[in-house]
Amino acid sequence: MPQITYRKALNDALAEELAHDENVVIIGEEVARYNGAYKVTEGLWKRFGDKRVLDTPISEAAFVGLGVGASMLGIRPVVELMFWSFAYVAFDQIVNNAGCIRYMSGGLVNCPLVIRGPANAGTNVGATHSHMPESILANNPGVKVVAPATAYDAKGLLKTAIRDNDPVFVMENTLLYGESWEVPDEEYLIPLGVADVKRQGTDISLIAHGRAVITSLKAAEILSAEHNINAEVLDLRSIRPLDEEAILKSVRKTHRAVLVDENKPFCSVSAQIAATIQEKAFDDLDAPVSRVCSLDAPAIYSPQLEKLQLPTPERVVQKVLSIS
Amino acid sequence: MASYIEMPKLSDTMTEGTVVKWRKALGDKIEIGDVIAEVETDKAVMELEAFDEGTLGEIYVGESAKAKIGEKLAVLVAEGETAPPKSHAATMPQKASAAAAGTVSSPKVPAQSAPVSGTRIKASPLAKKIATASGLDLSSLKGSGPGGRIIARDLEPVGHAPVPPIAPPAPAEASRRIPLSGMRKIIADRLLASKTQIPHFYLNIEVDAGELLRLRAQINEQLEKAGRGKVTINDFILKAAVDAAVKVPRVNASFATDAVVEYTDVHLSVAVALDEGLVTPVIRQAQKKSLREISEAVKDLATRARSKKLKPEEYQGGTITVSNLGSYGIESFSAVINPPQAVILAVGAIVKKPVVNARDEIVPAHRLAIGLSADHRVVDGAIGAQYLAELRRLIENPLSMLI
Repeated sequence: MPQITYRKALNDALAEELAHDENVVIIGEEVARYNGAYKVTEGLWKRFGDKRVLDTPISEAAFVGLGVGASMLGIRPVVELMFWSFAYVAFDQIVNNAGCIRYMSGGLVNCPLVIRGPANAGTNVGATHSHMPESILANNPGVKVVAPATAYDAKGLLKTAIRDNDPVFVMENTLLYGESWEVPDEEYLIPLGVADVKRQGTDISLIAHGRAVITSLKAAEILSAEHNINAEVLDLRSIRPLDEEAILKSVRKTHRAVLVDENKPFCSVSAQIAATIQEKAFDDLDAPVSRVCSLDAPAIYSPQLEKLQLPTPERVVQKVLSIS
Repeated sequence: MASYIEMPKLSDTMTEGTVVKWRKALGDKIEIGDVIAEVETDKAVMELEAFDEGTLGEIYVGESAKAKIGEKLAVLVAEGETAPPKSHAATMPQKASAAAAGTVSSPKVPAQSAPVSGTRIKASPLAKKIATASGLDLSSLKGSGPGGRIIARDLEPVGHAPVPPIAPPAPAEASRRIPLSGMRKIIADRLLASKTQIPHFYLNIEVDAGELLRLRAQINEQLEKAGRGKVTINDFILKAAVDAAVKVPRVNASFATDAVVEYTDVHLSVAVALDEGLVTPVIRQAQKKSLREISEAVKDLATRARSKKLKPEEYQGGTITVSNLGSYGIESFSAVINPPQAVILAVGAIVKKPVVNARDEIVPAHRLAIGLSADHRVVDGAIGAQYLAELRRLIENPLSMLI
């Protein structure tokens, strides 16, 4: 199976969907002539032309609104945000309009909109460019949120997101864009709301999404090699809808869970998972549910400290040992 | 400022320890890291190091006396300071403040607070569920989880059976009463639990050890020329036990209440007899070790076990056990499973005896009897037979263990 980068997997997903459905369009800053700020849309403007790949001014509220309106009329816009941090100036469009239109129209109007872009810290771009808003967005009924950790998942989830009739927000990661994984040539889709066991284990469940999955896999190797602890790594892939059954199944097997989350701990995705586990698997727990999150501070600008702010394999190992 | 030396918790099953020897005397200057005393736990004799400096002012627990974890053993004092007596030491904070306030202190203070009734028992939800389902009383258990929490493994069928004790024998005139050592107590608890809670079954085979003896003689001749240590018959058997467990992984497993856990690594426990009992030190990841490496590991562990120099982690976490009584002239026997493992091998002596060969002739042969005791919850007869068949194949074709 060929190895391709996370960036290429996204690019392939976009190209396939542009070819698959003439209603699919790409909208965003520098997505056309400049091939995308992070080159995710490379070659697409050249291949599909001005009507399908559209450069916009630096005005997120305006072009997300353009996407919402177009989607209500049957277009399937894929809006790129240079950083998910910039979504905050378009919050009214994203939450009030995209998130509520189906409900407020009594189910008469759909909003098949995708918004995608990097949502990660750890790259020394400062506090206002390093937000991870998946917990804030997933808090709103009416929207869907996915966070792929590998090239395979990035491609399959983005294609499904484009075909979905609700607004789907795809959280990518600039630190993963250049990483490679095996991705088949044949077309495939990954359903939203289905988690994936990335590593089978028996002693503890490490539950994560996005790049924290990679951190968890590294921690699991250390736990196995140095501490004789066989950790299972469950990749949520999709934050909303959430695969609660997969979470509960893993916890019922291992009886312990450490949630690894690049979100800030307060009201984060992992806080939601912790609540779910204790509500629905309380009697299966042999240890308190614990979390390894980003340190609760704005993204630290010092590169050395910023590395420590995010969950590291070492912090995950320590947390696991503390409850074992 | 006086600082107390307390009985430390030196192994995860330790509840009390015995001061075997004081290495320092009253009035000795103590530096941090100095070995002050030797303490016998339920598993080994360990050295007790000082965490503070000072002068050894008073010894509260004499040699051969036992003390519970946390009990004060001795006190270090600064120059010119007088050591508090032990009774004083136990309650010093209260007494000191009482004296300062000028009141008369009560003549008797309870030495240790009795467990308060109604105290909440710390247990995980899973442990509570298992306890309820199996009718166990959590208050009778000791938690091994963080902060003393009772967790599922404390309820596993290892030494916590609510078994009514057999009444001790009536004292006879000529009897001698030997108090249990820590090790004896652990052996009693664990093996009682094993034999009462694990449904044992037994399989026996006799294998031809002729080729093994020839190969060993050949190898040892080479090793001797090279001036290196010899390999023993037992080294070959250990290697065969490990290789066969890799082939039949179901025997390298544990029963875990709602699942059977098959281990990836073969951590081989080797029974080592000591004067006062036995220990089972562990050769870790034995499946990655060559015959020579196993030979060296077992020599090292056995030597240090006999001098009680094993660290607690060196006899924990085994996944399968071999017990060999061949050197004691035992031809065959059945062993009790070492919980929470699923099987134990009982290896006898190589005996020269007549056998009927394939041509129906009676010929002399070197025969080795091997017994397998298995936990029927984990291993069925056919799996046990597969394991023994693989073991036979390896021992009768020992060259295959060298490649």
